[in-house]
Amino acid sequence: MSATETTESYGDSTASATRITPGNALRPEDIQLQQGAPGEAVAQYALRLGDDALVLAQRLSNWISRGPEIEEDIALGNIALDQLGHARSFLSYAGLAWGKSEDDLAYWREEEDFRSLHLFEQPNGDFGVTIMRQLMISIYQHLLYTELLDSSDETISAICAKAVKEVDYHRDHAIMWTRRLGIGTEESARRMRHALEVLWPYVGELFEDEDLYDELGDAGVRPSSLRERWDTEFAAVLESADLEVPTGPFALCRGRHGEHSEHLGHLLAEMQVLARKHPGASW
Amino acid sequence: MAAQNDPNGPLSTVPTPEEEAAQEHFDAVIAEDSRIEPRDWMPEGYRKTLTRQISQHAHSEIIGMQPEANWITRAPSLKRKSILMAKVQDEAGHGLYLYSAAETLGTPRDVLTEQLISGKAKYSSIFNYPARSWADMGAIGWLVDGAAIVNQVPLCRASYGPYGRAMVRVCKEESFHQRQGFEILMELAAGTEAQKQMAQDAINRFYGPSLMMFGPPDGDSPNSQQTMKWKIKRFTNDDLRQRFVGMIAEQVKVLGLTLPDPELRFDEETGKWIHKDLDWAEFKAVIAGAGPCNAQRLQRRRDAHHEGAWVREAAAAYAEKMQQEAEVA
Repeated sequence: MSATETTESYGDSTASATRITPGNALRPEDIQLQQGAPGEAVAQYALRLGDDALVLAQRLSNWISRGPEIEEDIALGNIALDQLGHARSFLSYAGLAWGKSEDDLAYWREEEDFRSLHLFEQPNGDFGVTIMRQLMISIYQHLLYTELLDSSDETISAICAKAVKEVDYHRDHAIMWTRRLGIGTEESARRMRHALEVLWPYVGELFEDEDLYDELGDAGVRPSSLRERWDTEFAAVLESADLEVPTGPFALCRGRHGEHSEHLGHLLAEMQVLARKHPGASW
Repeated sequence: MAAQNDPNGPLSTVPTPEEEAAQEHFDAVIAEDSRIEPRDWMPEGYRKTLTRQISQHAHSEIIGMQPEANWITRAPSLKRKSILMAKVQDEAGHGLYLYSAAETLGTPRDVLTEQLISGKAKYSSIFNYPARSWADMGAIGWLVDGAAIVNQVPLCRASYGPYGRAMVRVCKEESFHQRQGFEILMELAAGTEAQKQMAQDAINRFYGPSLMMFGPPDGDSPNSQQTMKWKIKRFTNDDLRQRFVGMIAEQVKVLGLTLPDPELRFDEETGKWIHKDLDWAEFKAVIAGAGPCNAQRLQRRRDAHHEGAWVREAAAAYAEKMQQEAEVA
C-alpha cells in the first residue's frame, strides 16, 4: 500500500478540501480540518440544517432503552445516531465561518440562537407520535437532501450525499411503521390519527422561505419548492395506511428566527447542563 | 428421549438404553472439547443451567443500557454523545444475540422477557447502582465492561455452540467499549481539578462492585464445579477476579488515579494479588433486590414493555391481515 493510499483510507489528520466530493463519506472531523470556510449565507444555511438534525437526534435518543421492542431501541437509536452525524457535519461546517466548533454551537448558544423548526422539537409522545414526526420529517429531508446533491456548495453537497442514503432508510422505517400502525388495530389507528392531529400544525413551517434564500442562490433549495412533492408523497403513504391527511390550519411558527415552542428550552437545558458546568473543559 | 424437551414430562430415574447412549455421546463431545449444538441431546441440567446463564446475560445487557442511557441526552460533547449512543445500541444488539442463543435451548424470548419483568430472573447486580456522573460512563466502560471481558473471553470456548459463537462477537464489541471508557477517564484525569475528582469518585464507587461481578469466592460458589465440568465455564470466580484486578492495578497507573484499595498488592510467594475484603453482604442484598436502583431498573423495563404492548399488537395484527390478503389474492 502506498503512502497516498494509507492517508486516503484513514483521512484523519490529512483531510483536505479535495476529498470533499459527492459520494465520498465525509466525517465531521474532516470538515473541521477543511481549509475553505463558507460565506455567511451558506453558514447560516448549514446552521439551520444542523440545528434541525441535532434537535431531532436529541429527541430520538431518548427512546433508547424505552422502545416497544429491543429492535426499535436499536432502530430509533440508529436514526438518532445518523441525525447526530448530519448535525455534526453541518454545524462543523457552519462553525468554520465564525471560528467555532460543533460543540461551541451545540452547547454554548442560547435558545433564541437556535434555528430549528418547531416540528423537530415536538416531544416524542407515544411511539405513534414519534413515528408520525419521523414520517413527516424523513420525507422532507429526503426531498431536500436529494435536491442539495446539486448544491453549488461542494461541502453541503458532500454532506447530503452521505445523509440522503441514511434518510432514505429513515423514510422506509417510518413508512413501514405508519402502515402497521394505521392498519393494525383500532387502538393503533386511533393513536395515529391523534399523532396526525398534534403534529399537523407544524408542517407548514417546513416549507416557508426566508430572505436568506435570495442570498444563497444555487447553494440552497427553497423550501416552498418541495411542498408539492411532499404533499403527494405524504398523502400516498397515509392512503396506504388507511389514514387521512388533516385539513386543519398550520400554526404560526418562526423557528428559523429563533422563536421556539416552549419545548426547546427544556431540551437544551438538559443537553447543555454538563458542558456548561465546566466551562473550558475538554471531554 | 421423548421427555427431552418437556420439562413437565415424567422424570424416570432409570435411564432407557437410548438415554444412556445419548448421555455417552454428550460426555464424549464434552471430553474432546467439541461443541454441543441445539439439536443434540443434552442433559436437562445442562439445558437449564445454560438457559439461566445465557438469559441472565441477555437481561444484563438490556438492563445495562439504562445507566448509560441516563447520560446520552447530557453527554458533554457531540462526539461523546455519538460514541455513547453507539455503545448503548451495541448492548441492545448483544441482548438480542443472547436471547436468540437462549431460544435455541427451547425457551422463547417472550417467556424470558416475562421472567425479567416479573422480577423472577436475575441480571448482573452492578447495574443496580446509579450512574451519577459523566465519569461513570468512563468507569463503567473501563471496570464493568473490563470485568465482563475477562469473564466472557473464556466463554467464547463454551461447550454450547450458539453461546460460544455469540460471545465471540460480543467480546469484540466489548473491547471497544472498554477502550472508550478508559479514554473518557484519560481525558478527565488530564482535565480540570473537578474533572479529575469526578473520575476518581467514579472509580471509587465502581471498584468493589466490579470485582464482585465475578461472583462469590470459590468456596461459596456451589454451581461453579458443575458448569466447569460441562465446560461452560473454564475458570473459577476467584481465578477470573485475580486476572482482572491484576490488569486494572496496572492500568490505573496510566490514568494517574488510584484504586480505593490500599491493601492491594501482588504477593510474590503465592503469585496472587491480595485485595481488600469485598462486601459480600451488600452483594447479596443487591441481588436480593435491595440495591439503590433495582426497583427503578425493573420499572423502566416494565413501563417500556407495557407501553409498547399496543405497538406489538398492531404489528402482529397487520402481519396477519397482510397474510390473509396474500392468501386471497
